[in-house]
Amino acid sequence: MSTPRFSQSLQRFWALVVKEFTQMRRDRLTFAMMIGVPLMQLMLFGFAINSDPKHLPTAVVLADHGPQVRTLLKAIENSGYFTFVGEVRDGREATDLLNRGGAQFVLHIPEDFSRRLQRGESPSVLLEADATDPAATGNALGALRTLMVTALGADARGPLAGLAPAAPVIDLRVHPAFNPEAVTQYNIVPGLMGVVLTMTMVMITSLAITRERERGTMENLLSMPTRPIEVMLGKIVPYILVGYVQVTLILLAARLVFHVPIVGNIFLLFALTSIFIAANLSVGITFSTIAANQLQAVQMSFFFFLPSLLLSGFMFPFRGMPPWAQVLGEVFPLTHFLRIVRGIMLKGNTVHEAFPHAWPIAVFTVLVLAVGAKRYRQTLD
Amino acid sequence: MESPLAIDVQGLTKRFGDRTVVNDISLQVRTGEIYGFLGPNGSGKTTFIRMLCGLLRADAGSGTCLGFDVITASEEIKRQAGYMTQRFSFYEDLSIRENLDFVARIYGVLDRRHAVDQSLERLGLTQRSRQLAGQLSGGWKQRLALAACLIHRPRLLLLDEPTAGVDPQARRDFWEQIHQLAADGLTVLITTHYMDEAERCHRLGYIAYGRLLARGTVTEVIASAGLTTWSVAGPRLPALAVQLRVTPGVQHAVAFGNTLHVSSDDAPALAAAIQPWRTPEYQWSEVKTSLEDVFIHLMSRAPDNFATP
Ligand SMILES: Nc1ncnc2c1ncn2[C@@H]1O[C@H](COP(=O)(O)OP(=O)(O)O)[C@@H](O)[C@H]1O
Ligand SMILES: [Mg+2]
Repeated sequence: MSTPRFSQSLQRFWALVVKEFTQMRRDRLTFAMMIGVPLMQLMLFGFAINSDPKHLPTAVVLADHGPQVRTLLKAIENSGYFTFVGEVRDGREATDLLNRGGAQFVLHIPEDFSRRLQRGESPSVLLEADATDPAATGNALGALRTLMVTALGADARGPLAGLAPAAPVIDLRVHPAFNPEAVTQYNIVPGLMGVVLTMTMVMITSLAITRERERGTMENLLSMPTRPIEVMLGKIVPYILVGYVQVTLILLAARLVFHVPIVGNIFLLFALTSIFIAANLSVGITFSTIAANQLQAVQMSFFFFLPSLLLSGFMFPFRGMPPWAQVLGEVFPLTHFLRIVRGIMLKGNTVHEAFPHAWPIAVFTVLVLAVGAKRYRQTLD
Repeated sequence: MESPLAIDVQGLTKRFGDRTVVNDISLQVRTGEIYGFLGPNGSGKTTFIRMLCGLLRADAGSGTCLGFDVITASEEIKRQAGYMTQRFSFYEDLSIRENLDFVARIYGVLDRRHAVDQSLERLGLTQRSRQLAGQLSGGWKQRLALAACLIHRPRLLLLDEPTAGVDPQARRDFWEQIHQLAADGLTVLITTHYMDEAERCHRLGYIAYGRLLARGTVTEVIASAGLTTWSVAGPRLPALAVQLRVTPGVQHAVAFGNTLHVSSDDAPALAAAIQPWRTPEYQWSEVKTSLEDVFIHLMSRAPDNFATP
């Protein structure tokens, strides 16, 4: 390829980039989606992470009304995590309340609470928790555990005064209902990066060429001396930039708003992200060569996005999935990208550890692009 | 040396599935000529033009366009030809200026800004250059499309029904410009449905069901059909037309305003056939065959290769 030819090609590529940016700027909805989706997702998911929710509605079942019980309840309320919403008569009513969502916790004080305390025995209390969302209850539970040691310190008389402070005075039994497992909170923001990129990159590029076809502008584009590679790159490059804007946005929020630690090298993360962005863009471009119209393109994007989301380990722990789902999950770039992001951000992974997760994404990209290039028609046939 | 033929193709054929949409068309267009391409809807005009500029691959045939092989050198052809699509195909979400600017960039036009400014001025759109193309009316869209096709100074202009849905004044201006451009050496291949426009072309080709049925100047096309045409005026012409059509010796009876044109390529047979109606009630006169008579004649005799399974 001679130099003037190459510079002409570059010129055409640039014309397409400029055009694409102008259209992007004018297409409010798409633009809003590209910036809005990461922000929205961050807000939605981020809330659960930052969540140290306080004043959780708590009901009590009191079989004992002694002064120590009152002291305990006072201390519990003072922690800020619990707000007593009333007293229920028995366990049945308590379960009912939890089921209806009327309370997050029900605290059971047994009738022998004061008696055992005075005898120097460790009384036990039962806390029933609606642990559907473990993130929401985790901190409250933590606070309660501490309280059980310290709350009655002032009230402790006689034999109690001699007890070692480390020994739990009250035996707190927690009965988490609905969801016995907890999710690692820091997982979410880094993972969100991959989810947002998958969703927006695939959908936008899948629309890009389909839209030209549907609006009839493809005929014009093809009648001009543009090559497929110029058109494809002209459509991909602006969105790589958009992808990086999204990544930066999420990383900033992760660091500044949610205080997610970034242990590893951020430049390594940025570099490896490019492979992942390219993977998603190539999926989108390939969809757009197959889809007959924009609706089909969107449907295809979702068809790709949903299993990515469900099987990648973002929604459910990867190791908890059945073997067939794990095998399927390995196909999706998001699965590998999540390992890269979490690895670099949380564990401080280096190139050495990240590479095994990077090459599957690269292989995926090449395969998908090959399909796309085979399907891209330079004519209207 | 500039070839005297801007378009020189032989046997171009295009099939979609088992339908032959363009069937063995050979066409020669001289440099600087305005060549009109006529034919009913679906006759293959758009498909033929698309093959010329490399948008569709021909299934058979060969030839050159601007001296470049139509099969192998479509990139060169695209560089030096301007193609105005039947449907407006510029970006409706870009402004007029942005559209022109985009096209100029793609073609690598030198001194782009100046070229765009000039083009806007010629269009009379300098004031509205920031308006989105999608907001333009049909006539203005057509002007914008033409301007965009001309911005890289092509040597060949392929215009696919450029005046469909455009008002008469705009059409007249448009043809004015086309003739001006042709005088400067630009070759124009234009498809149209309007007879008056057909008569403004230097030469014509008539295509039906994918076959080129007639070609030449207007006079040549009319002469080659060998039609004799009678005009008849009088009462109850529609009823007369119905009767005439089933009369042996009459090939066509078509209403033309207040008269009926009755024609056939067999003059004596026609004269004999109309004899029974030559009563004082009707005024008969032999008239010059018009282009439209010829096209109707060609159309009705063309083998309908789509109708038969
Ligand atoms: N891409 C295509 N696939 C299948 N059939 C097509 C395609 N393009 C055109 N045709 C058919 O070919 C015939 C000729 O179409 P066209 O060239 O657009 O005619 P014209 O421009 O003379 O109206 C029509 O019957 C049309 O339906
Ligand atoms: Mg057409």
